[in-house]
Amino acid sequence: MIYLDNQATTPLAPEAREAMLPWLAGPDSSGFANPHSPHRPGRLAAAAVEIARAKVAALLPPGGRVVFTSGATEALNLAILGSGRKRLAVSAIEHAAVLETVQFADPGCAILPVDRDGLVDAEAELPDGLGLLAVMQVNNEIGTVQPVERLAERAWASGALFLCDAVQGAGKLAAPEGADLIAVSAHKLYGPKGIGALWVRDGVELAPLVHGGGQEGSLRSGTLSPALCAGFGVAAELALRRMAEDAAHIEALWQAALALLPGFVLNGSADQRWRGNLNLRRDGLDIARLMSDLRDIAFSAGSACASGSGKPSHVLRAIGLSDKEARSSIRLGFGRYTRMTEVVEACTRIAAAADAQ
Amino acid sequence: MTRPSLYLDHAATTPLLPAAREAMLEGFAVWANPSSPHAAGRAARALLEEARARVKAALSWEGEVVFTSGASEALALAIGRCRLPLAAVSAVEHEAVLRHGGDAQQLAVDSCGLVAPEDCALAGLVAVQQANNETGVLQPLNAIATAVHEAGGLLLADCAQGVGKLALPEADLIALSAHKFGGPIGIGALLVRDWAMLHPTGGQERGYRGGTENLPGVLAMVAALEADRGWLDRAVVLRDRLDAGIVAAGGEVIAGETARVPSIGAYRMPGRSARAQLIAFDGQGIAVSAGSACSSGSLRTSHVLEAMGMDPKAAGEVIRVSIGRETDEAGIDRFLAAWGEMKARA
Repeated sequence: MIYLDNQATTPLAPEAREAMLPWLAGPDSSGFANPHSPHRPGRLAAAAVEIARAKVAALLPPGGRVVFTSGATEALNLAILGSGRKRLAVSAIEHAAVLETVQFADPGCAILPVDRDGLVDAEAELPDGLGLLAVMQVNNEIGTVQPVERLAERAWASGALFLCDAVQGAGKLAAPEGADLIAVSAHKLYGPKGIGALWVRDGVELAPLVHGGGQEGSLRSGTLSPALCAGFGVAAELALRRMAEDAAHIEALWQAALALLPGFVLNGSADQRWRGNLNLRRDGLDIARLMSDLRDIAFSAGSACASGSGKPSHVLRAIGLSDKEARSSIRLGFGRYTRMTEVVEACTRIAAAADAQ
Repeated sequence: MTRPSLYLDHAATTPLLPAAREAMLEGFAVWANPSSPHAAGRAARALLEEARARVKAALSWEGEVVFTSGASEALALAIGRCRLPLAAVSAVEHEAVLRHGGDAQQLAVDSCGLVAPEDCALAGLVAVQQANNETGVLQPLNAIATAVHEAGGLLLADCAQGVGKLALPEADLIALSAHKFGGPIGIGALLVRDWAMLHPTGGQERGYRGGTENLPGVLAMVAALEADRGWLDRAVVLRDRLDAGIVAAGGEVIAGETARVPSIGAYRMPGRSARAQLIAFDGQGIAVSAGSACSSGSLRTSHVLEAMGMDPKAAGEVIRVSIGRETDEAGIDRFLAAWGEMKARA
């Protein structure tokens, strides 16, 4: 199988897996205690959690704290609902985890449009009395990099909080500056599933959604997993260390893939983009047929979360594509572990299968 | 890492079972997103759904299963999304329920720690745990369920300490946590008798819980649920030995005459604070706790013992000892010897 769906999830880095193993050990070790227990094994587990927290924090701006959650969806829910803000605004191309939560909290929320390139207008009008603005760093469907620094500045000037869903950008790009709240997910940066984090700028007050034992400064109750934290921490550390190397590798894959797919048109900006995301369309292409012709190539027809639904992508619609154009679009997602030979083989076969339709 | 020579804090968390560890490692290899429509995603989805069916089979549960990050999230989901408002919580619930209490009525317990079923005849959501995390006391949940149902209410049972050890109660919503029964930390579930009991939120898990599914965690949890439970017979004997030893050495067994989950015992050492006991035991490499792990850092007076009518000073002298699969007679005897010595010096 050739895996070209690194926006949906990424494989676990061997280093992250290795870091988890001591915390998945049995009773003949001390790798299993509850990090909230005050006894010696508990303190060892707590120390592992704090080391991991520091590693994750290194991916994020200074001046805030990292709150571990079960993933980005929970982090985003905590940020949006926990902020207590009533008047909300989002970009039209946010992930469902943001869009649906914001619409739940403020059914009349303002939606900032995007242009044909898939970029939010940094100078778009913000509603009066705005409480929170949420714009993602890198779009999950088309990879476009949003002007979040400018939007954060404008949110700040209007007294609103700025929430950045950095799930697709964390560990790949520098952290968004100026945000008050940043959500990240481990399994999108070669860490384990089941853990993510919300970065909270110092001084930003949130109310918890999950109450209980009062872990994470009472912001998020529930026993923390030293294994998941350790895996996330090492994955974050690795991503930071390899950022330039990973980006260069991805750039090479992008160039090779584009050259092999001449009949396709790129969806979204080529320049303001994380190039691990190649979202392309070709007139008249039957995606279902393409996927069934190429069963051993894992690629996507939209975001994984929505792609089972059969609904046309709200992102592709927001950049002005017709339903027909949206339905003839595919997403190829490259990652650190994608090999050049795989990209060449996959794109050659995709081009041939498309030609044969 | 130094190994604790004696771990008797299995109610806080218990080691991952070898079968669960294997399943988790296998799960790491099936890393596609179960919501992706391609073959790799569908393979992950198939495993996830098979695991869901295995959870139902292992628990003899005919309702629905929503995978969550643990019991705290499952409880928050149940309380936040139930179609009925929270009407009452027992006074001895875990903080994960109590803190959601708001205006809900608190159900008093008697000196044995038991809720009266007739108090539970309420037309809203009633939350009563299966086994208490500090004392092990088992609530009469089937009688409580009858009272709740006759009044038109729904019963939410926090079964974090009971699942994997006891049969499920007759509850409508049940929260469980894998790391309490040999699965990994970071995964749990909410069992839902009928989808109509909850308002959906959108997202994964049939629209009841958003977020990419933690398939390795789910697979490991299922493996732990399916593990042999023979050790519980041994736990009964060990806890009896513990109870008898404490009494013989001049201590008090909390709720000793009440039906309790065999893995948990709470013991009072008159004249010595729980904090002093914990520090001394820790120094000897014995891991026990005062109350629950999450609140034990603070060493507040236990709300559970207070609800049972215990004098605050006496309650402050109680520690929890909890037994797991690898606990043996020698470990219990070592603990009792240390306890006895400490008591003699108290």
